[in-house]
Amino acid sequence: MIRMTTDPIDPDVLRRELFDPAAGGYCAFEGWVRNENEGHEVLRLEYEGYEPVAVAEGRKILAEAAEKFPYLQAHCVHRTGMLEIGDCAVWVGVASAHRDEAFKACRYIIDELKHRLPIWKKEHYASGDSGWVNCERCAEHAHG
Amino acid sequence: MKTITVRYFAMFREQAGVDEETLSLDAATAADVFEHTKGRHGSPEPAGHCKVAINDEMADWSSPVQDGDTVLLFPPVAGG
Repeated sequence: MIRMTTDPIDPDVLRRELFDPAAGGYCAFEGWVRNENEGHEVLRLEYEGYEPVAVAEGRKILAEAAEKFPYLQAHCVHRTGMLEIGDCAVWVGVASAHRDEAFKACRYIIDELKHRLPIWKKEHYASGDSGWVNCERCAEHAHG
Repeated sequence: MKTITVRYFAMFREQAGVDEETLSLDAATAADVFEHTKGRHGSPEPAGHCKVAINDEMADWSSPVQDGDTVLLFPPVAGG
């Protein structure tokens, strides 16, 4: 299951949804909003996503992970909208019979979704400026 | 000529000043559409850093475009 939400992410609720009597282990990753990036003081992050394609691509990633590291349950939730420092922006949880699959599948899912899902973030800096992450060249152009 | 609807996201939307626009183009592939919009809006971002979807399906820059397609132009992604 993968979904996008504008509501705060509650890892405790999501964790309980993964329960499976055959699971002997569970691994989760939470991505948090950090107060600094590349020397700039960051006040908040604004996430934008395109849900139809993000969900379809996310389902492919979960299926790939299941093939490589057979797990029992996996969920992923990505938040969009304006997030404050410390907010949870993304949550990935995997339950499996043994720990190895849970660790590896969780790592695979978060790494792939960062590179493949149509989700963008704009950093709002203490200086009052803002910038789209990973879009340095277009940012240079915009400022130039 | 083909009628193509182009949708812009994040930085591309800000550069274009619109969410989407419908263009009459002589375009064979998604790359042709991207090149055309770069000319209109001046984005220097290379296609290799960006992604494209056609009618809500992820596609390649070499994917053919048909009359009536909606091409979604994704600037460099940054989820997580």
